[in-house]
Amino acid sequence: MSLLCVDDLIIEFPSRHGVAVSVKGVSFQVEKGEILGLVGESGAGKSTIGNGIVNLLSSPGRVADGSIKLAGDSIRNLDDEAMRKVRGRRIGFIFQDPMTSLNPLLTIGTQLMETVQATLGADKEAARARALELLDAVGIPEPELRLEQYPHQFSGGMRQRVVIAIALAGEPELIIADEPTTALDVSVQNQVLELIRKLCKERDVGCILITHDMGVIANTTDRVAVLYQGELMECGPTMDVLERPQHAYTRSLISAVPRVDVKVHRFPRVEYIEKAESKPIDVKNHWLGVKESFGSVENGELLKVENLDLRFVTKSAFLEKNRKYVQAIDNVSFTVKDGETFGLVGESGSGKSTTARVIAGLYRPDNGRVMFAGQDLGALSEKQRRPLRRQIQMVFQNPYSSLNSRMTVSDIIAEPIRFHDLAESEMKIRQIVNDLLDHVGLGAAAGKRFPHEFSGGQRQRISIARALATRPRFLICDEPTSALDVSVQAQILNLLKDLQDELGLTMLFISHDLPVIRQMCDRIAVMKQGGIVEINDSDSLFANPRQEYTRNLIEVMPHLDHLSRDGLDVEMPLNKAVV
Amino acid sequence: MLAFLARRLVQALIVMFVISLISFSIQDNLGDPLREMVGQSVSEAERQQLRDELGLNDPFLTQYGRFLSSAVQGDLGQSYFFKEPALEVILAKLPATLELTFGATLLIIVISIPAGVYAAIRPHSVLTRAILGFSILGISVPVFLTAIFCIYLFSIELGWLPSYGRGELVPVWGVWETGYLNKDGLLHLILPCVSLASIMLPLFIRLIRSEMVEALHTEYVKFAKAKGLRKARIYFLHALKNTMLPVVTVGGVQIGTMVAYTILTETVFQWPGMGFLFLEAVNRVDTPLIVAYLIVVGAIFVVVNTLVDLIYGLINPTVRLAGGDK
Repeated sequence: MSLLCVDDLIIEFPSRHGVAVSVKGVSFQVEKGEILGLVGESGAGKSTIGNGIVNLLSSPGRVADGSIKLAGDSIRNLDDEAMRKVRGRRIGFIFQDPMTSLNPLLTIGTQLMETVQATLGADKEAARARALELLDAVGIPEPELRLEQYPHQFSGGMRQRVVIAIALAGEPELIIADEPTTALDVSVQNQVLELIRKLCKERDVGCILITHDMGVIANTTDRVAVLYQGELMECGPTMDVLERPQHAYTRSLISAVPRVDVKVHRFPRVEYIEKAESKPIDVKNHWLGVKESFGSVENGELLKVENLDLRFVTKSAFLEKNRKYVQAIDNVSFTVKDGETFGLVGESGSGKSTTARVIAGLYRPDNGRVMFAGQDLGALSEKQRRPLRRQIQMVFQNPYSSLNSRMTVSDIIAEPIRFHDLAESEMKIRQIVNDLLDHVGLGAAAGKRFPHEFSGGQRQRISIARALATRPRFLICDEPTSALDVSVQAQILNLLKDLQDELGLTMLFISHDLPVIRQMCDRIAVMKQGGIVEINDSDSLFANPRQEYTRNLIEVMPHLDHLSRDGLDVEMPLNKAVV
Repeated sequence: MLAFLARRLVQALIVMFVISLISFSIQDNLGDPLREMVGQSVSEAERQQLRDELGLNDPFLTQYGRFLSSAVQGDLGQSYFFKEPALEVILAKLPATLELTFGATLLIIVISIPAGVYAAIRPHSVLTRAILGFSILGISVPVFLTAIFCIYLFSIELGWLPSYGRGELVPVWGVWETGYLNKDGLLHLILPCVSLASIMLPLFIRLIRSEMVEALHTEYVKFAKAKGLRKARIYFLHALKNTMLPVVTVGGVQIGTMVAYTILTETVFQWPGMGFLFLEAVNRVDTPLIVAYLIVVGAIFVVVNTLVDLIYGLINPTVRLAGGDK
């Protein structure tokens, strides 16, 4: 008998507009000591299944049909009190964001001990002893001291360890981990996954690992279930599914995953997900393609960043000596050649976005120069800078906050054209905006609508159209796809590649995601704590990392070598990284 | 902690300085104090002489400077009407007002927290609708109307509760007379406290409800459920503690405001407190008394807000660290 048997599970959300069925008859089993991955994109229903098993669905969601059996006992339709005894005691839960799943006003000790007391019925002394033991088991040093501390005194990875300790507190038979590492850096992600895996094996606990990340699936799970819009596409041993996907959806999902082992010219189109009606315009004869006489640049170096320094005040004080600073950028220098894509990669807090913002003129550096096309941007007045600003455009990370929700899409895109006075008449502007919308695959009709009517991927297309509206020469993409699903990411990356080919754009591409950087960039700079660790062309960097730090980054990156290469438009196989 | 208090003290001094400046500058526009002080028979020449003696003809800054230097020594001038130091007159009435405010605050805390929490936990129940309906009513009806209605119902028609004054008082520590220690005093407190609370109570019920609803939707509450905790612990520890953070902040400001509302309540109930005295002082153009009232109320505001910040620091560990506790 399996530890957990889910049969024909149906979960629905009744509403005024009818019933939305978000899980449509899904069945799977989890064995003791086994890690089952639930993978899918947003809207696949994977989190809903996790919440549905322990009846934590947000109102008005409900499990409408099917059976859920834990070690033979049906746990569907339990009343509140009976279900409470299952939670924590028999099924432990790990949530996505350790920043929000711990109560900020209570000490770690309180939150751990209350769980031990509630699940095991232990008294205070015993609960404390168990809490110490748990903190030790999840690898938190100095547990005695840590017990008295509050969540904000822990780093993200440490907090997730605490959350894991809490999930284990009641000696559960099953753990449901809902995107446990999505909010963490890659190196921390690996440690946390390793810990979950170790604990499950040691304690013979079953685990459901919910994630959107194929890399996590490949490295951690024993079996995998692929979900798409509430339906189970296929389920099987992880290696089988990844190497020989049976279902068309799985195949297209896998083909959209950026990888390091092969370089593709374009990502294959994932017909299943986004139906972008692209009506590309003939760029050569269009306003967009008008080649301005930017003039050639010396040595082909379009952008030259020299000894950039920037620090932020973290504690303000009247006296200079009492102020505290953090060095956001520390002596950063690099050059970007005309027409290439230059990548900045690093973990959170490494200063990549800050560097981009200095180049875009959003921050002023404390020291150093930004030379664009031979001119020192810092030495120019705001007015002299304006034509150069026009040539540098930016696509921001979060498509939800970077578009003004009170403006129509066509006004958003037309704004830079109007500001820089790039078209002779309003009619011409309309025409350009419509063509841009067609070209990025949204269709001219989208112009009359507002940003909130679009999905994340569509919004990012709007951002790209807006950035193109000044006919820029240099495009800064700051994590343009990190908020998007993998298939949508593939479409956006394709769009960027195409635009670069057509318009001869130079790009600065920023990402924490090594495989994405690998696919997009000609040369790469690795950043760490505000400084540059090494710069090399992309192939050499991955094949022969010169610095210890780079080697580590490549090492902890999810390895997707066994992924099926079906349908890939392989440009060249890449040398495997030496690790 | 010390750094925090020192910073707070400097802020308080600035606030008090501004209040004194404002309240002092009002007095030029409050009519002629001499009209109230002397009879009809006094001639214009004598009046002029009296003005000179009182220093009312000096330039504004000179008058203010004089006022400030004596104010720092605790002298806010003589009340024109009582012929006594204004500050003493005010402070003699302070216990009455503070007891009224304290009673109303207590009522608000005791009623609004359970009502707000209940409304958040059971959003669709009949009682919740009743609570929210009542709170709309409470916000819309002015405090003097509530007071008059209460007097009509409980004092005149039913004859249960007294309608004016503080009743029998018990002295404590020699300087303070309290109504909280015997039955008669307590009976006299009920109607004024209910009326005064009526204006703030709905606001707090609604504030606590909306903050609690938000807290119940957070990840850590969901996680607390997933941990298998009992509902009572989730509601009253995890959610309520976070609910109270904004409530404490708003509460500090509102308690100060409530001291101002006592003017209405005290007038309707003939409550011998500062507010009642203030209204009389305005009628009599007793400028020093008015100024003293404004300054005392300002000081109460500052003290209450400092206390609130300290309490906030106790609840919220992130603030405690930032306050320089290390």
